[in-house]
Amino acid sequence: MSDKIISKKEVEHIASLAGIALSEEEKELFTKQFNEILSYFHKIDELDLEEVEPTYHVVELSNVFREDEVTEPLPLELAILNAPKKKDGYIKAPKII
Amino acid sequence: MKTKLFCGCPSDYRGKKPNTNVCPVCLGLPGTLPVVNKKAVEYAVMAAAALNCKINHKILFFRKNYFYPDLPKNFQISQYDRAGGLPIGTDGYVEIKVKNAKKKVRIGRVHLEEDPGRLTYLGPIDRSPYTLVDYNRSGIALLEIVTLPDLNSPKEARILLRKLRSILEHLGVFDGSLEGAMRCDANVSIEGGSRVEIKNISSFKEVERALTYEIIRQRDLLSKERRVLRETRHWDERRRVTISLRTKEEEQDYRYFPEPDLPVFLLDDTFIKNVVSSMPELPDARIERFKKMYGLPEYDAEVLVADKRIADFFEECVKLYNQPKKISNWVMSDVLRYLYENNLEIHESKLSPKHLVEMIKMIDEGEISGKIAKKVLPEMIVTGKDPREIVKEKNLLRISSIQEIKALIKTVFEENRKAVEDALKDEKAIHFLVGQVMRKTRGRADPELTHNLIKEELDKLKKAN
Amino acid sequence: MLSAREIVSRVKSGELKVTEIVESTFDRVSKTEDRLNCYVTILQEEALKRARLLDESASKGKVHGRLFGVPVAVKDNICTKGVRTTCSSRILANFKPVYNATVIERLEREGAVIIGKTNMDEFAMGVSTETSYFGPTRNPWDLTRVPGGSSGGSAAAVAAGEATVALGSDTGGSIRCPASFCSIVGLKPTYGSVSRYGLIAYANSLEQIGPMARDVYDCALLFSVIAGHDPRDSTSVNLKPKDYTVFLREEVKGVKIGVPKEFFGEGTQKVVEETVWKAVHKLEDLGAEYDTCSLPSLEYALAAYYIIAMSEASSNLARYDGLRYGYSEEFTDTDWFTYIAKVRRNGFGPEVRRRIILGTFTLSSGYYNRYYLKALKVRTLIRMDFEKAFKRFDVLAAPTMPTPPFKLGEKIENPLELYMCDIDTVPANLAGLPSISIPCGFTTSGLPVGLQLIAPPFREDLLFRVAYTFEKNTGYVKEEPEVI
Repeated sequence: MSDKIISKKEVEHIASLAGIALSEEEKELFTKQFNEILSYFHKIDELDLEEVEPTYHVVELSNVFREDEVTEPLPLELAILNAPKKKDGYIKAPKII
Repeated sequence: MKTKLFCGCPSDYRGKKPNTNVCPVCLGLPGTLPVVNKKAVEYAVMAAAALNCKINHKILFFRKNYFYPDLPKNFQISQYDRAGGLPIGTDGYVEIKVKNAKKKVRIGRVHLEEDPGRLTYLGPIDRSPYTLVDYNRSGIALLEIVTLPDLNSPKEARILLRKLRSILEHLGVFDGSLEGAMRCDANVSIEGGSRVEIKNISSFKEVERALTYEIIRQRDLLSKERRVLRETRHWDERRRVTISLRTKEEEQDYRYFPEPDLPVFLLDDTFIKNVVSSMPELPDARIERFKKMYGLPEYDAEVLVADKRIADFFEECVKLYNQPKKISNWVMSDVLRYLYENNLEIHESKLSPKHLVEMIKMIDEGEISGKIAKKVLPEMIVTGKDPREIVKEKNLLRISSIQEIKALIKTVFEENRKAVEDALKDEKAIHFLVGQVMRKTRGRADPELTHNLIKEELDKLKKAN
Repeated sequence: MLSAREIVSRVKSGELKVTEIVESTFDRVSKTEDRLNCYVTILQEEALKRARLLDESASKGKVHGRLFGVPVAVKDNICTKGVRTTCSSRILANFKPVYNATVIERLEREGAVIIGKTNMDEFAMGVSTETSYFGPTRNPWDLTRVPGGSSGGSAAAVAAGEATVALGSDTGGSIRCPASFCSIVGLKPTYGSVSRYGLIAYANSLEQIGPMARDVYDCALLFSVIAGHDPRDSTSVNLKPKDYTVFLREEVKGVKIGVPKEFFGEGTQKVVEETVWKAVHKLEDLGAEYDTCSLPSLEYALAAYYIIAMSEASSNLARYDGLRYGYSEEFTDTDWFTYIAKVRRNGFGPEVRRRIILGTFTLSSGYYNRYYLKALKVRTLIRMDFEKAFKRFDVLAAPTMPTPPFKLGEKIENPLELYMCDIDTVPANLAGLPSISIPCGFTTSGLPVGLQLIAPPFREDLLFRVAYTFEKNTGYVKEEPEVI
């Protein structure tokens, strides 16, 4: 493809935004594949969509509320059952900075 | 509000053991879906109306996407004012009073969102080896109020926050005295610099401190001809400094988009009218009422209404004893000062309207002096005891017995012969003698009676001479 | 092989024990599972225990439940309490939900027996069940070919008799594609008719859980059980529960069928085109009327679909970060962001990573309007085209898949080519319409071809009636794959 829609550098940036580390080969491969896929997506540019309203939800529901009523929380063992690392009832995560 | 924004977990998460106030929904477990708490929308509409906002008839929830360990889904269900997003309220204002002048602070938007969980660090954030996560707070309904850049000083920021708190408390939307119930992110930009956002500010006092620190930091940079970076900083309450979290270059791209799991909310006029008509009295109206109904000066009314609980307390007192000005004086001076100095809220103290009124009545009926009352009041606040009981226990009751006072006068005259002579010559010197009697009784002697009796004694002496 | 309908009636009459049915199902599993790999988790012990309990209550005369004793397979993206639910991903390989999906509660209430959790494309992203962390599922009709996807495990299990019926999920064809490739019946219900509570999201504005079965009756029966309002799903529509089996009668007289030409585009193989047309003509013979028509916006459906699906997926899958559940690594010296980026790299397969990153791009600052918002607008045009078509026609007929099942490995290296396989199924998802795939014939080499029928919202009854009539007057449903 001559006209690149997305560069390798952009793929790196977007992958980081997506919270996914990529290997060098994968960056190359994804850049190539993304350009193919995105250029297919641009098919929708053929349409004049200026006056068209977007469909946010396909079912025409509105005002779906819940009453302010308490339900029983989970017991601690279940709440953190699947957490790989825990300490004193907390879930343990890496350092922030 | 009893429950969280999108699930039925109790909203009362404080003081609970970590991760015991959670369910699959607020833990963001795979497969779970949010369902909106009706009360939250009603309260948000009420708040938006109280802040003079335009209430949008069509409301959408949006996802704000960013990674953070306190965010169980790694996105926050929030609202947005761009890309077709419609928050609950837009374009409002709040009126505050700065140096006796009224000032309008514009509100950009009012919207609902879910609170993240809480992170605990071992020591300061930048030195902690790991992070502990508690999701008890996750999913609590949060009302975000965004002001436009109309504030000119840290003090104005504090005044605004107090006003907001009073308004929201009057609406019954939240309990501002609870820890973390009202938090703020503050933005500072000074001339020649760029906008810096400060996160993690936990109280009004801290807002003023954080802003003052940040302004000094930025001025200092500029005076050294260095650049102020556009960034987000973290307020470290313990060290009282701001720490850089991320700069503009690393600034998040939140990728807002409409929440597919929540259909649109269409708030018709009836809905809005119902909510607004059930709205309780707001602070400004209450101030006016206090002036009219109780004949209070504007200043008194403002101070009392600044804190809903204080205003409520005051009105309770007035109901028991129709002496608004006297009550207001006591509440505004001694009560508020004591609470402030001891970092207490009125409801945390043991003072009841009944007892305060009782105390004021005792003064009015001459049972104790104002001075004595000032000693009794702190005791009432701490112990919750009846003022009569305290006065009795500590033997503080006023001495009105003529015999008793006469005996005291006799002693004083004997001990202060020079002063008696002076008083015989100059009427004004009588005060010294009165003071001596008061001293002997630690203020308990009836001052008027004492005065009269001394005068009597002096007259007798004059005649005898 | 007994149908669900037969099982329920024989258990009720006392002719059969649930234990016998469940045991014979596991017999079949033991014979074919090695070759097919339909299941990620087989629940033999649990299922037999439940069968014994059901038999016990039956012996006391308590045979309640529309699926009493029926062996059901459940796609592994539907949460089952205490039973690992993996989405066929390494990142959830050891994840045990602490709650049941609403559909699971409904199955259990009706006396169903869950046999196992079925294999799928990782996070339902695929059309071939090849992207599973647990290895591909094979097509019972030809072991060298894919069963379709993403509900390939469910379809293969039902086709091979490793379960009587199954639950799948359909985001862009994930029930209908494997139903077509495995020659069974699969329904993608109207959006909002089946609760999504407990369905692990891929693209939540598009997907529904749906029934998969060997015949239309069983499909309608299973749908009747799972459909209905659920207050835990805000997009669940409040409709009265219905017994859809009552609509099953051989009656298509006067039914107007539209055949949109866009479903026969350049990628459509001739054999598919011919087989589908033969089916349309068969329906005509049975009394239906048909006409060709055009829904011009469908040309853009696939692009719009992938933009929406990937965008939503990028957000839905953000929660997998190795902190609260799922795959994790050591983090003594790592900061949290480096950690999650590594966990997500190693925990997700390449196709999932591809879609998450692309979806992040289509939502990112400066691109939202160019991709996501535009796709939502295309969605509006597609809905309008369908609405217009349904003014003229009762149902629309089309191929489910443009091709018969392809070979394993044939397309896996080329993502775009794989995406093209969804071209005929995604329109129903974009418009939220009910759509069913039913067996309508075989190629000369014996590969299944599926007929897709699409109806207006909440007209599953009509789909079932037309499908039932077709099934009763053709013999395809009786064919069984050789693997058995």
